[in-house]
Amino acid sequence: MAKTLAAVIGVGQTHYRAKREDVSMPGLLREAIDRALEDAGMTLADIDAIVVGKAPDLFEGVMMPELFLAESIGAVGKPLLRVHTAGSVGGSTAIVAASLVQSGVHKKVLTVAFEKQSESNAMWALSVPVPFTMPVHAGAGGYFAPHVRAYIRRSGAPGDVGAMVAAKDRQNALKNPYAHLHNEGTTVETVLASQMLWDPVRYDETCPSSDGACALVIAAEDVVDSRGIESPAWIHGQAMRSEPLAYSERDQVNPQAGRDAAAYLWKQVGITNPLEEIDCAEIYVPFSWFEPMWMENLGFADEGGGWKLTASGATALDGKLPVNMSGGVLSSNPIGASGMIRFGEAALQVRGLAGEHQVDGARRALGHAYGGGSQFFSMWVVGSEKPA
Amino acid sequence: MRDVAVVGFAQRQMREFVGSPNCVELLVPILGELWEQTGLAKSDIGFWCSGSSDYLAGRSFSFVTAIDALGAVPPVSESHVEMDAAWALYEGWLKIQTGEADSSLVYGFGKASASPVRRTLALQLDPYTVTPLWPDTVSIAALQARLGLDQGVWTENDLAEVAARSRTSAVGNDNAVRQGETSVEDVLAQPKFSDPLRRWDCAPVTDGAAGMIIVATDSPLYERVKGRSATITGFAHNTDASSLGLRDLLRSPSAAAAARAAGADGSTTYDVAELHAPFSHQELILRRELALGEGTTINPSGGALAANGMFCAGLARIGEAASRIWSGEARTALAHATSGPALQQNLVCVLEGAA
Repeated sequence: MAKTLAAVIGVGQTHYRAKREDVSMPGLLREAIDRALEDAGMTLADIDAIVVGKAPDLFEGVMMPELFLAESIGAVGKPLLRVHTAGSVGGSTAIVAASLVQSGVHKKVLTVAFEKQSESNAMWALSVPVPFTMPVHAGAGGYFAPHVRAYIRRSGAPGDVGAMVAAKDRQNALKNPYAHLHNEGTTVETVLASQMLWDPVRYDETCPSSDGACALVIAAEDVVDSRGIESPAWIHGQAMRSEPLAYSERDQVNPQAGRDAAAYLWKQVGITNPLEEIDCAEIYVPFSWFEPMWMENLGFADEGGGWKLTASGATALDGKLPVNMSGGVLSSNPIGASGMIRFGEAALQVRGLAGEHQVDGARRALGHAYGGGSQFFSMWVVGSEKPA
Repeated sequence: MRDVAVVGFAQRQMREFVGSPNCVELLVPILGELWEQTGLAKSDIGFWCSGSSDYLAGRSFSFVTAIDALGAVPPVSESHVEMDAAWALYEGWLKIQTGEADSSLVYGFGKASASPVRRTLALQLDPYTVTPLWPDTVSIAALQARLGLDQGVWTENDLAEVAARSRTSAVGNDNAVRQGETSVEDVLAQPKFSDPLRRWDCAPVTDGAAGMIIVATDSPLYERVKGRSATITGFAHNTDASSLGLRDLLRSPSAAAAARAAGADGSTTYDVAELHAPFSHQELILRRELALGEGTTINPSGGALAANGMFCAGLARIGEAASRIWSGEARTALAHATSGPALQQNLVCVLEGAA
């Protein structure tokens, strides 16, 4: 059975801020949804089904908030799914929405992912002690810093590579009106001079805590063609892989789940050399060093070579493989939405609609997200042309 | 659509699971049972999906440790819904429809005994205007039941009939938390619990987990497991508004819409229907919305009034329906799952055995 070809035809984002006190949760979601629908030239009446994604419900203090949001997001009388796969959820949610179209069940699907982190304190919501389970303690930074130290030791990377990533992403964010952080004048030197939080992760190498939502409209090929959509982002392939938090031979720096997901994705899309064949990538980098780590995990560089790509400037906006042109998770992090923002920004690039942070001539882009203790991976490749 | 069949189902439902802070340890024997039933192994599963709730577990990422039950390597193609596992089954079924997988294993779990669940579920309501009043699940259901009594849509006797039949049907069901030969008079003799509901009108607090394997009938895998098979001929779900004041609590338009979309338009008399009705009057609403007539045996397992494992009771309804087809007791069956306050969200899965 052939899969129905699907494309992203609408992308909508909110402005990301530490506290969006001007809107309620429904208001936040509608900001993203209305922009995505307008971009797609549709209204809620055109939509067949809705898929909501967000990370833990403890972040807002509402159990399964999609239930109370049903009216305000237009889900009454429609199928409504709620996905939660930890930090990868924004990506997984987009993939579930895509499968609703690819399966032939629906033609026009709206998906929205959000987090309103100002409703609570994300760091402590992540740190609830669970009996018989290794504690996360002070949030994600404390959890991931040892992985970064292991990466530096294994790869022999110079100590300032993380700062290079942070300076690049914060500079890119200046070109993205939706980005949470617009820190003018961020350089490698200013990043290195910022407060050390979780050695070797400094304050300026850490993602912010944001309120925000991102929405996508995904449509079937015949809808795209019959409506004469001018700039669809065709979904060429997608992958999700998960592995347990801990097992004896687990490589937490370069997890097998990520490597397997990428290998499956490249094979599906017919890519043999990702560095040559992908024009730009939005990948989930909440702490600066995860850029070189994921470059290796995704197969853009050999093991131990990821930092060389970053250090050479290859991942800069004008480099060989621009990474996180939007400023990335380092500049905006509404956790549940962050994966969908990566997937949506990848779509904007191949549609040629990324504005000031557009990569000239981007034809094939990667969107990537991960979650849990580097256990859950979701990714897709979108292209300006229909897949061959 | 590809024909997809339910080929394995296992569950444990109990009053209180004391073996673990959550239900993850319950999943290991359930998975073992699924492998035994089907002869399949981990490597045969193309897609995995689960349903559970962080709030029930009182922590973030309650599903993360559940992955441990699946075995460490290789990593799996996997997803999770913050919903009853019946919706996880829907996602698994979708994945098979895309052609990316030929089989799916889905599971759900919930340990309701760890908190006052009726109060915890108040956190599902509008956080700005409703949750601060802490209307609990049982009280909301009681308001709904009272409305039906006042408007003459049902009588106390109608509710007692549902409760008595459910308890009686559950006799012999190892997973029933509540059971016993019960007459309508027995029910009516019980004191009120949340007026007009009696305890037996309300689903018991249950700790539970359930797992299911589905396989595309056009795949080679299916040949290996064809001992037990119930084909999914219709699968859909739909949503109503949350606001209790803005909808007719005596109706469930989303249940009717899901049934229509699943091809259950009232023209077929199903041999069996397994309805996820956590309160006796909700079964009456569902029978009407799903157009179920006299010829259909309702909840032969005892339904949710016998056991209502949170986030797996919906999947269990589908499993119970499939089991009746496997045993030959039924050729056609309709299974239903619900989520949200007062039947807000509903799913219908129609199953059929070999002709």
